[in-house]
Amino acid sequence: MSGPGDAGRPRVGLFVTCLVDMMRPAVGFAAVRLLEAAGCTVEVPASQTCCGQPGFNSGEQKNSRAIARQVIAAFEEFDHVVAPSGSCAGMIREHYPELLADDHAWHTRALVLAGKTHELTRFLVDVVGLAAVPGIETAFDGKVTYHDSCSGLRELGVKDQPRKLLENVAGLDLVEGELAETCCGFGGLFCVKYPDVSGAMVDRKIDDIEKTGAATVLAGDMGCLLNIAGRLHRRGSSVAARHVAEVLAGMTDEVSPIGAPDTEGSTT
Amino acid sequence: MSASTHDGAAPVSTGDFSADARRAIADEQLQTVLSRFSRVSPASRAETISRLPEFELLRDAGKAIKDHALANLDVYLEQFEAAVTEAGGQVHWCRDAAEARATVLQLCRDVGARTVTKSKSMATEEIGLNDYLEEHGIEPVETDLGEYIIQLRKEPPSHIIMPAIHLNRQQVADTFRAAHDHLPPGRKLEEPRIMLDEAREELRSRFLGADVGMTGANMLIAETGSIVVVTNEGNADLTMTLPKTHIAVSTIEKIVPTLDDAMTVLRLLARSATGQDITVYSSFVTGPKRAADPDGPETFHMVLIDNGRSAMFDGGFRDMLRCIRCGSCMNHCPVYTTVGGHAYNSMYEGPMGSVLTPGLRGLASAGDLPNASTLCGKCETVCPMKIPLPQLLRRWRQRQHDARLNKPAQRWGLGVWSFLARRAWLYRIVSRLGAVALRVGAKGRGRLGRWPLAGGWTAARDLAAPSSSGGETFMAAWRRGQRR
Repeated sequence: MSGPGDAGRPRVGLFVTCLVDMMRPAVGFAAVRLLEAAGCTVEVPASQTCCGQPGFNSGEQKNSRAIARQVIAAFEEFDHVVAPSGSCAGMIREHYPELLADDHAWHTRALVLAGKTHELTRFLVDVVGLAAVPGIETAFDGKVTYHDSCSGLRELGVKDQPRKLLENVAGLDLVEGELAETCCGFGGLFCVKYPDVSGAMVDRKIDDIEKTGAATVLAGDMGCLLNIAGRLHRRGSSVAARHVAEVLAGMTDEVSPIGAPDTEGSTT
Repeated sequence: MSASTHDGAAPVSTGDFSADARRAIADEQLQTVLSRFSRVSPASRAETISRLPEFELLRDAGKAIKDHALANLDVYLEQFEAAVTEAGGQVHWCRDAAEARATVLQLCRDVGARTVTKSKSMATEEIGLNDYLEEHGIEPVETDLGEYIIQLRKEPPSHIIMPAIHLNRQQVADTFRAAHDHLPPGRKLEEPRIMLDEAREELRSRFLGADVGMTGANMLIAETGSIVVVTNEGNADLTMTLPKTHIAVSTIEKIVPTLDDAMTVLRLLARSATGQDITVYSSFVTGPKRAADPDGPETFHMVLIDNGRSAMFDGGFRDMLRCIRCGSCMNHCPVYTTVGGHAYNSMYEGPMGSVLTPGLRGLASAGDLPNASTLCGKCETVCPMKIPLPQLLRRWRQRQHDARLNKPAQRWGLGVWSFLARRAWLYRIVSRLGAVALRVGAKGRGRLGRWPLAGGWTAARDLAAPSSSGGETFMAAWRRGQRR
């Protein structure tokens, strides 16, 4: 790993996201690996927690603003801020400026941060300009399908970027689902407030995933993935779920699919 | 089998969103209809739009027209009134639903009306007009096929433009057999064409015998005093022209400044609604019959209703008033196409309904609606008027939170979460403890089937355990020096 301040290497602040931090640290390390291979210096500000989206989407403005200011202060020194999540990156890019619109100084800082905050695959492809991540040769045998998370797709335009990077993964056969762009029913607190509706929505998503014949479903957001994986397990399906960064970073041997028992050597 | 509301055996909406949604999800017939609808409807819109490269520009133009009209609402409404009066019609201003109902009833009584034919009108649904007229001895007859079917079944509409979309062919045939009991019970009725012909036959005498014809209005044109009414069945034209009195009922935000503006909006409306380039009938009506006209009503009344619009205009929901009632947001909504329209317990369903209904009825009785959305954002991308529906849904949630109308458990939970999120050191300890607990609870299976305080989650799905051994969080591992 390179130290901060290396000439010519952009400094990236990694916004880990609360779900990756607690539920799947491997995704964070996959992001670090990809970003470093892409020529960036990665730092992880210790004061980060959550982007504030649960409160914001529930109508709680005051605390959401406080969290937004905290994130801005922690990350504004970096050249770029990258999150392995379309949802959290979307929160920072689209909603921090909206939340802080009435406070001129903070609004300006929010806009500056928004302009340099990116979802991981979009950063690699659109900002760094990569078609493949140099130095990482990856293989993943079998059919996979991709779930486009709503915030990534519709707030940030993440669609082709992960697919472009997946083209370089040896043995990987991407089969598109008809409902790839349809919401999986996670919706943050929605899935616990309306479990029946959410359950029916994720069932439609899973029917579509199974129709593709894929053995693995990939996505770029842990919220969707925990929802889809949880329902796959509940249904007794054999389809595995993984974050796209694990596949791109060649880390699938190091961590079991989401919700599957640990395998030998999977420690992260 | 079906737990549906066949023949009105049970109310289609109880007002409890979760309970109604659960029932809708368990209704196999309804799920078959909705699943098909969720594929067919977006596909037909996409196909039509693919043939119109300027559709995105048209959306911008439509939005600009409505924004301008709303910003000058008072001017255009007065201009509209003057033009209607000039054409020989009369405008009646109504503040709310009660005033509108009373006004319509009085207009009907003035001409001694016993029967009123109606073409499809969401404004009259909104003010609950049919029940009110019936209570006062006047029979309303719906003439739009879908509205006719649900009127026979005594059900509310489940979609703003396809009111009977929750029913399948067989259910409609059964409804006709029960209602048209003067016809041979063994007749063949399963083809849509045959049912349509039967409905036409039944309605013909009603059209001819009506004392008043009542329509809604898709648009009000300020410069000409015209109303625009679009249908695919031509029923509005018979409704407007055959009786001696035409009463049009609409809400104030339907105004557009000019005829040209109306044309722009029309180009968006059918494409967004049904995937048609244009509806089969697009009628422009200005006042009553003129001396040289071969047909038309002798009198024309325009009932213009506010019913909460002014409050929404000033209260942060002005964007919603651009809505042209195409239904595109619900056609594409993953929640609407899962639970159907009746779960919303409102004449306005899906995303647009979830924004509009609290504005009409108040948050206290419509509090579930703004929350019953994943904020997936699909609706905004297909809205011809570019209404930021997710933002407006979130705005209602803010109002709810500020007024302490949301559940105490949610407020408490969010409060705890925010408290932790603002104290990184404490957050680290709690997230680590949580991760360890989940790892232990999972007993090496990688996931949990149940977990205290996660009942909402585990009701529908397993809960994955944290992936790292010992439940070590990323932040803890990073701090310890792990880099890969």
